[in-house]
Amino acid sequence: MNFVVCVKQTPDTAEMSKISVAEVSSGDIKATLVLNPWDEYAVEEALLLQDRFGGEVTVMTTGPETATDALKDAIARGIKNALLLDDPAFSGTDAWGTAAILSAAIRKNGDFDVVLTGKMSVDGNSGLVAPGLARKLGATLLTQVTRILDIADGMITVERQLEEGREIVTATLPAVVSVGKEINEPRYPSFMGIRKAARADIPVWSAQDLASIDPLIGTNGYVPGARWTDLRKPPARASEVVLVDEGSVDASAAKLADLLMAEKVV
Amino acid sequence: MMSILVFIEQFKGTAAPVSWEVLGKARELADQSGKPLAAVVIGDSVESVAQEAITFGADIVHLVEDASLASYRVDPYAAVVEDLVQSYDPTIVLFAATARGRDLAAVVACDLEAGIAADCIDLALDDGKLVATRTVYAGNMLTTVHFDTPVQVASVRARVFPSPQADPARSGTIKRSGAVLPASDLREEIIGFEEVSTGEVSLTEANIIVSGGRGVARDPETGFAMIRELADTIGGAMGASRAAVDAGYIAYARQVGQTGKMVRPDLYIACGISGAIQHLAGMSDSKVIVAINKDADAPIFSVAGYGIVGDLFEVVPALTLEMKKRLA
Repeated sequence: MNFVVCVKQTPDTAEMSKISVAEVSSGDIKATLVLNPWDEYAVEEALLLQDRFGGEVTVMTTGPETATDALKDAIARGIKNALLLDDPAFSGTDAWGTAAILSAAIRKNGDFDVVLTGKMSVDGNSGLVAPGLARKLGATLLTQVTRILDIADGMITVERQLEEGREIVTATLPAVVSVGKEINEPRYPSFMGIRKAARADIPVWSAQDLASIDPLIGTNGYVPGARWTDLRKPPARASEVVLVDEGSVDASAAKLADLLMAEKVV
Repeated sequence: MMSILVFIEQFKGTAAPVSWEVLGKARELADQSGKPLAAVVIGDSVESVAQEAITFGADIVHLVEDASLASYRVDPYAAVVEDLVQSYDPTIVLFAATARGRDLAAVVACDLEAGIAADCIDLALDDGKLVATRTVYAGNMLTTVHFDTPVQVASVRARVFPSPQADPARSGTIKRSGAVLPASDLREEIIGFEEVSTGEVSLTEANIIVSGGRGVARDPETGFAMIRELADTIGGAMGASRAAVDAGYIAYARQVGQTGKMVRPDLYIACGISGAIQHLAGMSDSKVIVAINKDADAPIFSVAGYGIVGDLFEVVPALTLEMKKRLA
């Protein structure tokens, strides 16, 4: 069984409030860069699937040289094979361009059965790469996956979380699976793993390496279809908090209840 | 010339309320351009949803019925929408940002090589092209999305637009057709479904949410029981902060925040929640926010409209009692 995990390096969520519009616009974000928190679940699930069904796991990302750290995080958790897709020509792509780069790399890497991703990245917040990968790979798409029940006879059976409940789906392999937080409890990088990751020699593939799979990569073939403009901080909530203090808990609760009735929100 | 197609999501013959919110906004945009507004309803025996779409603002409803379309599966649904985009030529295709809608919007946009804006919080037209607003960086920033493709796709978050009033007197055209993908080509089979327990208000649909945080630590079970009673009393859903979920006090399904559910109720009561940025990102668009917290310096008070500085174990039952009196 061959598993691939596609990850992204993102700013640490705890530091997101400190990130400025200017930093994002210039591409120089002065925050700690980490493995996208949603991708930790994908990395963990790949390792669990490897334990259950055997085979190999490869982790890959497209990004600048610094994104190697996100791959090293995955190696430190136990993944053996890693791949960085880095080329100046890759910058400025949108989700479909990113999906094209990753899918070409997955094909070049060899046979694959299941490609895992996190639900979304904490910076772009779109969740588009998994659907893009499925279409470009011609693989089955399974999103919102909260349990992988079985992989057997060319089929994968999963549980998906939808608004109305949980659905059990069986689908043909190969499949692209994006996972939700309910799926597992990610392990921490181990001390030995961190040492191994520090010594890891991670191959880097450029546009030229992928051109034999997809000649559009690195050319003008993947022009972004949507552009972000006017990046801005959300307007601050104008209202000052009205602190209710009527001397006793009961009197304050009564006053608050009156205020909420007057707001007509109950 | 700009024209709009809206995907109306249904489950077992009932439309997702957010689909009407999207249709209502699309009606507004269609009126600006003077072009008819089209919707698509996909399923099996779902004509009533198509009729409803007309009362909520659609001029033309493409009704695509087939036994193979009874439950949502991405391949056959995407094939239908893509076929419609090619034959009827809408330039803007809108979806609700539900689990299924996000999926479908992405696949349709990818297949059509269209630009997409996911999880939008506002839509407008500029020179006949869609312009979308969405949040990025875990709600810490907003961005405006402009499109460079002939077809523009967006998914829209629940409760950002008001639900339109149904007008039973409105008339429109229903155009029927069948599945595009043969059933033999389907790669996915739904073999089981477990519905969420009835009587429980879903967090994303709730008008009122009462959430608990780390403040329940002293006795999490009692704390959340109190929070649930307040929620039940005022007809709301129960939520929680990431801290409460991570501490194992309550299930992840309750988590409100950037890595949980994004919510936008009329009333959000935060009990014992300090207001970490990831929580604020998920709830600060609520209309009225109430904070109940022992720590007067907690960041939650900076987004709240009303607050009580006090122990939730005392304040929540007192508030429940007072609300019971007023709602009796």
